[in-house]
Amino acid sequence: MKLVSAKLLPSPSLSRAPQAPDANAHVTSQTCLDTGVDGGYYTPASHLLEVEGLRILLDCPIDLSALTAFSAVPLGASSSSGDAEDLIRGVPYYRSPTAVAAAKAGRIDAVLVSSATGLLGLPFLTRLPGFANTKVYVTEVAARMGSLMMRELVEMHREFVRCYGPDRDQSPVWMEGEKLKKLMSVLQKITTEDEENNNLAALVSLYSLDNIEECMQKTQYVKYGEEVCFNGMLMLKASSSGLELGNCVWTIKGPRASMTYLPSSIFVSAHALDFDYSSLKGNDVILFSDFSSLNGMYDDNKKMGEHIVDETDILLASNSVFSTEKSFRDDGMDEDETIKFLCSNDDIAEEIERISFICSCIIDAINSGGSVLIPIGRIGIILLLLEHMSETLHSSNMKVPIFMISETAEEIITFTNALPEWLCKSRQEKLFSCEPLFGHVELLKEGKLSLFSHLYSKGLLAAWKEPCIVFCPHWSLRHGPAVHLLHRWRADKRCLLVLEQGVDAELTLKPFMPLAIQVLGCSFLSGIKVGKIDPLLGLLKPKLILFPEGQKSLCPATDKQPWSFLYYSKGKTIEVPNMREEFEVRMTTEVAFGLQPRQLDKTTAVARLKAKLLLSNGQYVLAAAKSELDRSERHLLHWGTVDASCIPSALQEKGIVCSFSADADYSAPSDRERVISITSPGEALVKVTSERTTIYCDDEETAERVYDALRSICNGI
Amino acid sequence: MAIECLVLAARPPRLRGEDGGGEATEAWLRDSGVERRRERGEAAAAAAAAAWPSRAGQEVGKSCVVVTFGGGKRVMFDCGMHMGHRDSRRYPDFDRLLADGAADYNAAISCVVITHFHLDHIGALPYFTEVCGYHGPVYMTYPTKALAPLMLEDYRKVMVDHRGEEEQYSYEDILRCMRKVIPLDLKQTIQVDKDLSIRAYYAGHVLGAAMIYAKVGDAAIVYTGDYNMTPDRHLGAAQIDRLKLDLLITESTYAKTVRDSKHAREREFLKAVHKCVSGGGKVLIPAFALGRAQELCILLDDYWERMNLKIPIYFSAGLTIQANMYYKMLIGWTSQKIKNSYTVHNPFDFKHVCHFERSFINNPGPCVLFATPGMISGGFSLEVFKKWAPSEKNLVTLPGYCVAGTIGHKLMSGKPTRIDIDKDTHIDVRCQIHQLSFSPHTDSKGIMDLTEFLSPSHVILVHGEKPQMAFLKERIESELRMQCCYPANNETVSIPTSQNLKINATEKFIASFCMDETENDPQKQNLNFGGDMPQGCRTEGVAEGVLLMEKSKTPKILREDELLHSLGMETHFVHFEPLHPSSIEVKHTGESAVQQSSLEHLDCE
Repeated sequence: MKLVSAKLLPSPSLSRAPQAPDANAHVTSQTCLDTGVDGGYYTPASHLLEVEGLRILLDCPIDLSALTAFSAVPLGASSSSGDAEDLIRGVPYYRSPTAVAAAKAGRIDAVLVSSATGLLGLPFLTRLPGFANTKVYVTEVAARMGSLMMRELVEMHREFVRCYGPDRDQSPVWMEGEKLKKLMSVLQKITTEDEENNNLAALVSLYSLDNIEECMQKTQYVKYGEEVCFNGMLMLKASSSGLELGNCVWTIKGPRASMTYLPSSIFVSAHALDFDYSSLKGNDVILFSDFSSLNGMYDDNKKMGEHIVDETDILLASNSVFSTEKSFRDDGMDEDETIKFLCSNDDIAEEIERISFICSCIIDAINSGGSVLIPIGRIGIILLLLEHMSETLHSSNMKVPIFMISETAEEIITFTNALPEWLCKSRQEKLFSCEPLFGHVELLKEGKLSLFSHLYSKGLLAAWKEPCIVFCPHWSLRHGPAVHLLHRWRADKRCLLVLEQGVDAELTLKPFMPLAIQVLGCSFLSGIKVGKIDPLLGLLKPKLILFPEGQKSLCPATDKQPWSFLYYSKGKTIEVPNMREEFEVRMTTEVAFGLQPRQLDKTTAVARLKAKLLLSNGQYVLAAAKSELDRSERHLLHWGTVDASCIPSALQEKGIVCSFSADADYSAPSDRERVISITSPGEALVKVTSERTTIYCDDEETAERVYDALRSICNGI
Repeated sequence: MAIECLVLAARPPRLRGEDGGGEATEAWLRDSGVERRRERGEAAAAAAAAAWPSRAGQEVGKSCVVVTFGGGKRVMFDCGMHMGHRDSRRYPDFDRLLADGAADYNAAISCVVITHFHLDHIGALPYFTEVCGYHGPVYMTYPTKALAPLMLEDYRKVMVDHRGEEEQYSYEDILRCMRKVIPLDLKQTIQVDKDLSIRAYYAGHVLGAAMIYAKVGDAAIVYTGDYNMTPDRHLGAAQIDRLKLDLLITESTYAKTVRDSKHAREREFLKAVHKCVSGGGKVLIPAFALGRAQELCILLDDYWERMNLKIPIYFSAGLTIQANMYYKMLIGWTSQKIKNSYTVHNPFDFKHVCHFERSFINNPGPCVLFATPGMISGGFSLEVFKKWAPSEKNLVTLPGYCVAGTIGHKLMSGKPTRIDIDKDTHIDVRCQIHQLSFSPHTDSKGIMDLTEFLSPSHVILVHGEKPQMAFLKERIESELRMQCCYPANNETVSIPTSQNLKINATEKFIASFCMDETENDPQKQNLNFGGDMPQGCRTEGVAEGVLLMEKSKTPKILREDELLHSLGMETHFVHFEPLHPSSIEVKHTGESAVQQSSLEHLDCE
């Protein structure tokens, strides 16, 4: 009974078939939402990936560039001099992450976050309906750091709210008229290259602590090397990227292709676990998202303020270029040599040299009686600076108080001494020999380093002594304790401000003008050095690389390369060709044993198969179905032609009495209909043409026997 | 394909261990630094102690299980030593590994994985790597790598210095051995070689204890080591994913026990300590350096804080202080509760623990002292005991099981008034004795729960006593309907494994049997996850297709309508029709007609 209706309504599996091939469910595409602002440390790039019908957001940073258009919170009525007239006095608004538009346009199934900074924009999204069922994957440490950074941001933002009053429902006064125009011009100045996208990135007010909480509830923490399965379909794995504690490179493995999401990475690091490039070997596609070459590190050092002498930055030492070419010339490409080149300690040596230089500038300032303000946001750099500075101070026999003033200072400092698994090998050794992981543990114990959550914290005044060295947020110099301290010291030419290059110094420092304080602009290694890109690709052996259009010249495509390039640019979607036409499927032995193969010729056999299709950890598996395969003798599919002249003998073999109908004509062409009538055991008629055989019969048993006889001379399954 | 599992016995195998009864040091050696497995309360402890000499076959003495996967990959899980033996029998019979013709241990073993730092799981490792010359990969978790040298060196020192034995391995050997160890983080998938991958899961028990998942091709097993299914004061409960397993090898120390609540015992302990110190007495807690000392100290420190007590708490040896430092760096491996709060308050930053000096023993006034070694088996804890035992104001708290022959054991098994240390020395015992026992091992309920959760095809019980394992095997087979065995030492068990064939499938085939995206709402999926499906698994439904097998090509599964095209053939329709059109009604009701229509329908495709 049931199957009668199946005649009218095709069975579900068949009805769905026609839409499958053209549905773009299996096309992989990538959209670059944002290429980041400063080369990727504070604001990494963001992408939207569609793979096997799933929409995956890669990183969601916060863009703080709008902040420069706002005036910092005034200290008191009289204190604000400086060239701050143009700046907006009000609670700042922030550029909405580009991903918000993407999340509004459609559901986002998952978010992969590769760094703490890549998490900061996410609370803007968690409220959206398209985000209701989204899962966020992030390493334990990046999540922890990220949530601390978000909390700090919200706390610092509160200073504005305390000063100007809470947000009203209507847009603030400055949103209209002149001020807005000015803001837009500031924004455009910052991002000249993509003016058309300014409308896209609307301004929004900052998220709240509740939003952060909500966002963190959606996150699933992972360890390096942990394989997690998303939706049964994709296997996700984070491997260390070496840039910062908890930063990672993602491997996204689908049933038909594997992809590497490669944000800024550093081969060997003085604090974080080294870049685990070997886990990326053999992935089909690399989404190259390291924009560090844009952060000014590779430009000739621009002079900034009075000091800027860091010569070690003049990089791309000629020998690295040389060895790149060399590795390509001998086609054998000695892998060991490439690895040696990639993982040489040069990176650390240079970084340490930079840090030593900063330390020497700090000592100079202290010696002249000035204090030092370090509003750098990179936790790794802060920790290394602390270690080297205390050594330098110790060796030159100086006693200078070091302060770290931040809402989250205490937590960060404790936390960083309890994550040995995430640190570089040399620091892991410290665990095994029972030494503290970072130098700050000793500094705290000896009282050389003091932590306070605010400038007005209890005890700070008692401990305060100038000259001193202060680490505090925020590098934008628009909020946080740094603003107040800079106001305090800006007219003192003995003091020193350590800024990071890549931050637009002119705009950033504008409200503090005129400045007498010395400004040291420094840059740090933030990603793969240009000379190392090619050797790395040679090692990873991808089939296809998605490379930023803007950096095309860094990694020119050549004929020798066994991989091809697709270039992406902000806001554009590119289609990634399928790596494999077919899916790899596992079949359990149980299913295999149940097969009844039919040999077609010497080299080919076919078997009908009915099994449960499981999707397990990105792998399709055919497991035995609970209901046994229908073992009826009937074939469901026949092919080829049936030689009508063979039919009578086949029928007779089965004891069926038959004859060609009277009008039969043996000599007629084979495409003509031949009719065979059957008289025993029952009455039946068989009509045969080249593509069709019809059995006319009212008696089931007879029909069965006739069919049985026909089956022996007809190909079928 | 099959997996072979071999429990390595002592060398030479099946020899009865000696009862080392008398000497305190020796008793301690059996258990150096380890909370022993037979701490089961007073009565049970006595019984267990009587049965101490190691049984041939199933024994609790040491762990060393070698699993051979089809294809020759071989993993050694744990490399423990038996503390009841003094000669080479304390080590596993490594020679067995060379029995099937391997040139050396490096060829015989793909890797060694150590589950935790207790000596019965790691004690023979320096011997295996430095004396036997195995230099292949050795894996253990970060805390185990950090803490194991402490345990090993402590044991080596006592063995050589106190017992005057010939040195089996030197301190340098331990360091050299540990340098070879590759540290593991939890849940990390480590590719040992092209085919073999391993992964560690949290096991509770002691800091850094891990259960190990190992996989070669489609064959997968879990070796539990020792684990604890209930969280304690500083460690979480064992945690593992729902995995598809051919074999589970589980410890079965407490195969027959069901434990009661810990809270009552903790309260009792605190009450006894508080009562003693408020009466001006001194509390001696003999404990080993790692594990129980930290747990009790957290308990006390917390209580001191709440009750606003000012009485000093001391740790006797540098070792324990050092251990606390390790605990602080390894806080990520403690319980979730501690992890959530340690940046505000690190529970291993004991507020009330003070620096201790030897001379304090004779100081007047109340105090609490943690002294090593446990069981008052010698060393400093014995020294303190001699001084404090004669006063009825004082209290000795014994956390955990004490081996026969130790003073701790004597105190537990009755209330002696006089203890003879040797023929010249005796101690009048007038102090109070409090016994406290909770064990970091799983009980039988825990074993059953884990086994049911993982639903492996086979279960092997190790690390337990024979009658108890027999009892548990019965339960696993009848209640969980899984095959279960408990091989004797040096007995090899072979377990068949499933193997999957690699085939290809066309996009059309996959697409037609995939669920619609819209049906894939997360709630429904959660049901799947919570059900009997392994993690990360999802059913797409029953698929029908045709498998095309061509010589020298990977078999390919296609949708039926794709087959002919791929073969380059045309369909030949076969129809069934009634001979007499008048019988058309029959067609829609009769059975044959049903078949006919289904055939026709397919033909129309």
